[in-house]
Amino acid sequence: MAGPHFLLWSELCFLCAALICCFASSNARLASIVGAAGSIIGCVLGLLSATSMLSMGTSFTLNLPCTIPLASLHFKVDALSALFLILIDGLSLLFTLYGVSYLYEYRSKRSLGGPWCAFNLLVASMGVVVTSQNGVLFLIGWELMALSSFFLVMFEGDSNKGRDVGITYLIATHLGTLFLLVMFILMAVSSGSFEFDAFRTHQPSRTLLTTLFLCAVIGFGTKAGLMPFHVWLPEAHPAAPSHVSALMSGVMIKTGIYGILRLISLAGMPPLWWGWLLIGMGFVSAVGGVLFALAQHDLKKLLAYHSVENIGIIVLGIGLGVLGLGSGSPPLALTGFLGALLHVINHGIFKGLLFLGAGAIFRATGTRQLDELGGLLKKMPATGYCFLIGALAISGLPPLNGFVSEFLIYIGSFRGGIELAQPSNLFCFIIILGLTLIGGLACACFSKAFGIVFLGEPRQAVSSSHTLPPAMKWPMIILAGLCIAIGVFPVPIVRFLLPCASQIFPVQQPEVPFSAMTSTLNLLTHITATSLILLLLIFFIFRLRRLFLGNRKVTSEVTWDCGYAKPTPRMQYTASSFAQSILQLFQPFLPSHKALSRSLTYFPGSESISFSSHTPDHFQQSFYWPLFHWVDKRFSILRRFQHGKMQVYVLFIAAALIALLIWQLGAVQ
Amino acid sequence: MLSWLEALIILLVLTNFALLGSSRLASLIRLVALQGMLLGIITIASQPGAASARIYILALGNIATKCLLFPWLFYRAVKEVNIRREVEPYVGYNLSLLAGVISFGLSLWLGDRLPFPTKAFSDLAVPTVFFMLWVGLLLIISRNKAITQVVGYLVMENGIYLFGISFVEAAPLFVELGVLLDVIVGVFIMGIIIHQIDRQFDTLHVGQLANLKD
Repeated sequence: MAGPHFLLWSELCFLCAALICCFASSNARLASIVGAAGSIIGCVLGLLSATSMLSMGTSFTLNLPCTIPLASLHFKVDALSALFLILIDGLSLLFTLYGVSYLYEYRSKRSLGGPWCAFNLLVASMGVVVTSQNGVLFLIGWELMALSSFFLVMFEGDSNKGRDVGITYLIATHLGTLFLLVMFILMAVSSGSFEFDAFRTHQPSRTLLTTLFLCAVIGFGTKAGLMPFHVWLPEAHPAAPSHVSALMSGVMIKTGIYGILRLISLAGMPPLWWGWLLIGMGFVSAVGGVLFALAQHDLKKLLAYHSVENIGIIVLGIGLGVLGLGSGSPPLALTGFLGALLHVINHGIFKGLLFLGAGAIFRATGTRQLDELGGLLKKMPATGYCFLIGALAISGLPPLNGFVSEFLIYIGSFRGGIELAQPSNLFCFIIILGLTLIGGLACACFSKAFGIVFLGEPRQAVSSSHTLPPAMKWPMIILAGLCIAIGVFPVPIVRFLLPCASQIFPVQQPEVPFSAMTSTLNLLTHITATSLILLLLIFFIFRLRRLFLGNRKVTSEVTWDCGYAKPTPRMQYTASSFAQSILQLFQPFLPSHKALSRSLTYFPGSESISFSSHTPDHFQQSFYWPLFHWVDKRFSILRRFQHGKMQVYVLFIAAALIALLIWQLGAVQ
Repeated sequence: MLSWLEALIILLVLTNFALLGSSRLASLIRLVALQGMLLGIITIASQPGAASARIYILALGNIATKCLLFPWLFYRAVKEVNIRREVEPYVGYNLSLLAGVISFGLSLWLGDRLPFPTKAFSDLAVPTVFFMLWVGLLLIISRNKAITQVVGYLVMENGIYLFGISFVEAAPLFVELGVLLDVIVGVFIMGIIIHQIDRQFDTLHVGQLANLKD
């Protein structure tokens, strides 16, 4: 079987390309060619490896000799890993194509070897994370992933802001890793080995499982951007180059989801409260994410907050699946996990698309501020329509893919609400409540984003010379096509996901009821029919429009302006004014800072009157900052030890050495 | 029974005390040179029966570097920066000697407690190793001229070397060579650093390095 070889060669390909890019940093052309070629070949090989596994239906392992203590180079691709591998490599392939032209613009300002090296390492390490079967190997991959993405976030690290963002990311990701370290060590202590298989067959105690689960939720939740561990995400994702933002938002944070799923599959039958906790956190992330997104003025930051929201939706699905497992209802569990996995894929696709779109906008206009953009649909039609499809998909509207995965979670929640016993069914209703709220708010948010950026009059002069190169256009078109394809034909992809979702079931659950899914699949065929009708209707309306307008002269005029003589584009609705009415409703949860200076004269000049609003992150302001300040104050005593006197440093070392020797030798004999 | 090998080791111990008690840089350098010479002789003398060519090379190499090359480099450095003696050390000479006595006691205890797979050529060897390590550290900690610090490192290296020849059958040659290489590099780097500190701060007081902290 060729699967293991493909996997090995794909990883080697990434690593070689990274190494060469490292040395080719002065030559932008060489770095681009080698970096992109390595990434593309590696992705194709990785895809081949994953598809060969899925087509054979049996998992394969790859064992390499390894001399690192405690670790083993033990990779295994089962259905779940294969799914994530397809997500990682498939999307990375498209982002690489986009990145070639996107990064090449920077060739005169920055060295491109570093970013390409880090990009290849990032893709390679994500592959390691989702296939490793050993705790130490997993952590090595995890750390490599954190570091390579850190260097990509620091792409613009020569500004103060960029550096702060990078440091925040570095601290956050390492705090998360700390919990994972504890988790893997506890697993290894109880089962006697860092191998996952050893833990799978081991029967851990209840308290240990509780600790492991909490560590996993914090550690993996930090990477996934689950509220309240999300604070790094809206800062770090916008700072990276756009194709990397797409990769981080669409793919990298999903490794956190993978980790949680893997733990559930290893831990045996989960208790019900795991599901409750996951649903609670998912609800907070999803609603909080979309609310904060609504308040943003920066396009990429808005998209980053939507990642928090979508991770929330995915975790809601996982929580539902855990509820199903814990209460002994496998069909419910399967529906929940299917919804979550499908949303993992869907979010990767449409979030990738939206970030690529944002990158194209930034490239053409040089700004990401919503209030400086406008009327771009006429200037950049390809980007505009792709962005529109992504926006509709992320809002969960039919006939696009976001709808399908949310629909699956809806179905599961209704079923759970009917089937389950008292406290659990309430959580199912919380999911339904959350999803409806999110759906509405996401629609509002993307009406805002799309409307402000693409419709109306241009607020700023756009250099028209920026035509989008095909390498940037086609990845977006492919992703938009995927959004429609999955949205219209969900049945094949759900069938394809069934073995992956059943992989999450613990070993104690031998039979996974595929037959119970027939009713759900039937429902999904109705979606296909409805979507096709909807698409036909849209097509028909367009034809009708063309029929009526075909032989008439179309001119463009100014909107009726109540007789005002000199309207300017600055008089249009701004992003803040668009979102204001909704934000007002949620004022208690969104502490917006508004600065308004009024002028009392009859003819106010531009200096005397101004308004700005700014919504800082709640958790960062009222939890993390005070916490870190407190830690800083408490531990500033330690600064006394850092005084720069070399002799005293040596004294510390000598004292420690002597104390250790006395302690150790005093004990023996 | 006190053989003359043990007498040599005791002489080595005494040089350490002398190092702790002397303030003049020239005598410090002479004392380390003497240590190098003693170690060279001990290398050959510690071998029961006929010593092999390997041992001779080791001994000669040791004497060549530690007794001739390094002292010469030190003299040159001292002459270049024109400093004669250690002024106002962090720990005074009497106190240093007292600390030396205490650490010698500690070394005897440690040497007694520490289990080794093979026995050293003399019961005094392992305590002396520890003692030289402590004296080296003590010199680094308590003195403030960069040259004295380098001498401290060299004393520590001498201790490690003594440890190596105590178990010369067990320790492969390349480990010894590695240690030697380490110290040569160390001395050269220190030489450069001494020169640079002197140029930068107009003094060899390592306390000035505290200005570099953030």
